[in-house]
Amino acid sequence: MREQNQLKSHLEKYVVTYLFIALSVLFIITSGLDINYVASQLLLRLNRNAFIVLALIIPIIAGMGINFAITIGAMAAQIGLLLVISWGISGVPGILLAAAITLPLGSLFGFLIGKLLNKMKGQETIGSLILGYFANGAYQLLFLFIFGSIIPLNSNVTIVGASGVQNTLNLTGSVGLYTAVDGIAHIPFLLALYISCGVLALLTVVQYLRKKISRKKMLVGVIASVLIAGIFLIPAVANTVNGSHGRELKLPLVTWLLILGLCLFNSTIMRTRLGQKFRAVGQNQTVANASGINVDRTRVIAIMISTVLAGWGQIMFMQSEGIGTFQTYAAHEQVGLYAGAAILVGGASIDRATNLQALIGTFLFHSLFITAQSASSAMFGNSVIGEYFRAFLSYGVIALALIIYAWRTNRQRKAGQLNLADRHAVKS
Amino acid sequence: MANEFILEMNHITKLYGSNAVLKDVSLKIRPGEIHALLGENGAGKSTLMNVLFGMPVIHTTGGFEGEVLFDGEKVEISSPMSAMEKGIGMVHQEFMLIPGFSVTDNIKLNREITRPWLVSKVLGKDLEFLDTKTMARDARKALDDVGMSIEEYTLVSGLPVGHMQFIEIAREIDKSGMKLLVFDEPTAVLTESEAQQLLDVMKSIAAKGIAIIFITHRLDEVMNAADTITILRDGQLVSSFDKSSITPEDIAALMIGRSDEDGMVRVEKRTEPVGDTVAMSISDLWVNMPGEVDKGINLTVREGEILGIGGLAGQGKLGIPNGVMGLYEAAGDVEFYGQKLPLGDAGAVLRSGLAMVSEDRRGVGLLLDQSIENNIAFTAMQVNGDFMKGFLHQKDTGAIRRYAEEMIKELDIRCTSPAQPVGTLSGGNQQKVCVARALAMKPRFLFVSEPTRGIDIGAKQLVLETLVRLNRETGMTIVMVSSELQELRSVCDRIAIVAEGKVVDILKTDASDTAFGLAMSGVKSKEGVGE
Repeated sequence: MREQNQLKSHLEKYVVTYLFIALSVLFIITSGLDINYVASQLLLRLNRNAFIVLALIIPIIAGMGINFAITIGAMAAQIGLLLVISWGISGVPGILLAAAITLPLGSLFGFLIGKLLNKMKGQETIGSLILGYFANGAYQLLFLFIFGSIIPLNSNVTIVGASGVQNTLNLTGSVGLYTAVDGIAHIPFLLALYISCGVLALLTVVQYLRKKISRKKMLVGVIASVLIAGIFLIPAVANTVNGSHGRELKLPLVTWLLILGLCLFNSTIMRTRLGQKFRAVGQNQTVANASGINVDRTRVIAIMISTVLAGWGQIMFMQSEGIGTFQTYAAHEQVGLYAGAAILVGGASIDRATNLQALIGTFLFHSLFITAQSASSAMFGNSVIGEYFRAFLSYGVIALALIIYAWRTNRQRKAGQLNLADRHAVKS
Repeated sequence: MANEFILEMNHITKLYGSNAVLKDVSLKIRPGEIHALLGENGAGKSTLMNVLFGMPVIHTTGGFEGEVLFDGEKVEISSPMSAMEKGIGMVHQEFMLIPGFSVTDNIKLNREITRPWLVSKVLGKDLEFLDTKTMARDARKALDDVGMSIEEYTLVSGLPVGHMQFIEIAREIDKSGMKLLVFDEPTAVLTESEAQQLLDVMKSIAAKGIAIIFITHRLDEVMNAADTITILRDGQLVSSFDKSSITPEDIAALMIGRSDEDGMVRVEKRTEPVGDTVAMSISDLWVNMPGEVDKGINLTVREGEILGIGGLAGQGKLGIPNGVMGLYEAAGDVEFYGQKLPLGDAGAVLRSGLAMVSEDRRGVGLLLDQSIENNIAFTAMQVNGDFMKGFLHQKDTGAIRRYAEEMIKELDIRCTSPAQPVGTLSGGNQQKVCVARALAMKPRFLFVSEPTRGIDIGAKQLVLETLVRLNRETGMTIVMVSSELQELRSVCDRIAIVAEGKVVDILKTDASDTAFGLAMSGVKSKEGVGE
């Protein structure tokens, strides 16, 4: 009975995740796409998006829901990128400078967003979403009228014969920002996989020996790493990624080090006093306040961190392989939506999220994204449906996650009160 | 030399506007003693504690008069934080615990033990790592002190309610320099054996020299644990004494006692005795109303009587009308003239001839933006289909107006016209509109919940007179729930006292103060009239 309940509650928590796994498998099969192609596309999108999705974790833990206002962080980054392009600084220095500009800008924006969200407690998710739309208007004003006229820019980036920034900016060639980080070094996917499996297995054993984790967890960790590595030792599987069939999959080393660094940052901050405050505020503001925690300040800090991280994530996105152009007026538009949907797909909810959920979510969400078009043309003979399906998918996931969350909390609240049903069951 | 008293509150007076909620109250507590603070709702216990903790509600309403001496020194306590720093702690009635945190994390909340590292030295203390080992060791010690054997790393969410109270206490005694602890109704949610354990823990804390203020309504616990007792009534100090010099009966009488006829309302006496016909019989009613939970109410209401339901706030007296009327989740059997009432279906209950004047006037009772006449007619239109005309069932505005005008005259509702929005009326007149609305249903049976809450004396008199007149003239059965015992004693035939979700006793209106006081503390006296 108890096990059944546990299973039920597990399924409820991760229903969106399982749905996506099932759909992904279905789509990959029906689309008829080459596995090598799907895998390489997937890897590309993970490189691009993982950082932004990871930026959502801290506000979720601080009880502020999905911070859709990361869009505004992306705008801060785009201001940085625009200036860097205008000043003609290329390569890694350009990226670093853009990141440096994003830090104060993103902090300022985050501070303002946080202040505003403190005025609308309980509606942060929807509030940040609307705030993102609102900021879009301000951003357009800035890029169309203020840049180029009040703030001087190089004529390379402005519209010829008028003020305002060009619609599209090229990042390749002499601008030199394309793959500025991705391109530094590559490591074959298989090698990276073996190394990470090895490290994972080693770490779990060390943790077990230091008595930090149970024997069961240690065994699960070791067996999982061995299994994953083992699967790729099978020639048929390995051939899909090692280049003997199609392209060889390679990981951009620095990008992944940065992604792992962010994961480490997220988990490290949770072990500090500040992290404890995030968690306390996220779980119960009244109790946190009663024990002397400055609730509003803690929430503002969470949003500031998230906004800056999202900005840096947007820089990572823009420079990544396969992008190459900067859609000046549109690049930030879907940032919040896609990242929010991705983390929810990974099994996170409005009030809990982990690094692993963010990464798994990005993986699953984009695996559907890649295959939707081909799958729909295979199934319905019309690839346009796939286009619609993408939008349907992202909004649908968010709506579903919100509904499930509301339903669960409602039920928990009821269960917390006097349990009438149980009492009567005992009586009869 | 150590001071004789750890805390002295001298001549405390607190006004809210022109209304004095504390009048010249003094409280003296010695180190290591358990001091019980007793009184009915509204006696001023919580205001006195708010003063002690420097709660914002005190300072934003003009502060207080009198002085507070802590450890012999005159102190200004400006905020709960400053109270905490001085060594005054509170064990809350509602748990201040975070369910998703471990026991240790809760005990150490915002007092985490941390160790610095490279980054925190640059960016500040907030980034110091938690020293989980030391935290767990401290928590273990505090848990042992309160006699809890639970593991310090378990999550609070999985623990039984009774344990949470002890974790709260463990958190308070873990704070260094704790000198005075306030326990606010600590045993309310505990089982009998847990309550006994808690009293033992209190005694052992007191034995270490920490003074305890013990707020409770359970007299047996007072007699068991307290050394000294202070009783407040209507914001005034009744008396302070050693436990050995007094009996629970005396305490009960002192808590209730009004030798004068204060607060009594003169009403028409009943001329004919109430018959034996049973109008409603409630058996084993459980109501899930937040803050007013009922756990098995048994009660019989006779046709034509006015039955009072009294008791302290939060004990479940409000749950009875709300549960029967279907406003909150309820279970059990309620029979109305032999017919079983469907619980949870407000429409069906209303159609069967019951009506209710809610205690939540502005929330449940009235549509504040609507006119008086619409408010009066609304429920009758919806439920009974009254005030409708013609083939399409349009609203019969003429009939509504006539009825509203009749009611305005009858109940003396002071207004400019029946079209005036009720939101602009005074509290007393709003209450009369609520009564008029219930009457428009032509009920056989009326629940009236806190009918005089927040209205002035004149309006109070009128509302009560109206109820009595309705009862005498039409024979309508009335069940009146009220926190004001005097009011119940003036108009009711019998009074049921509810404590901890159950009917403790049913008393005559002329029963002694002691009997009422004991019943409110959950003790049945010999004077009960039973059914």
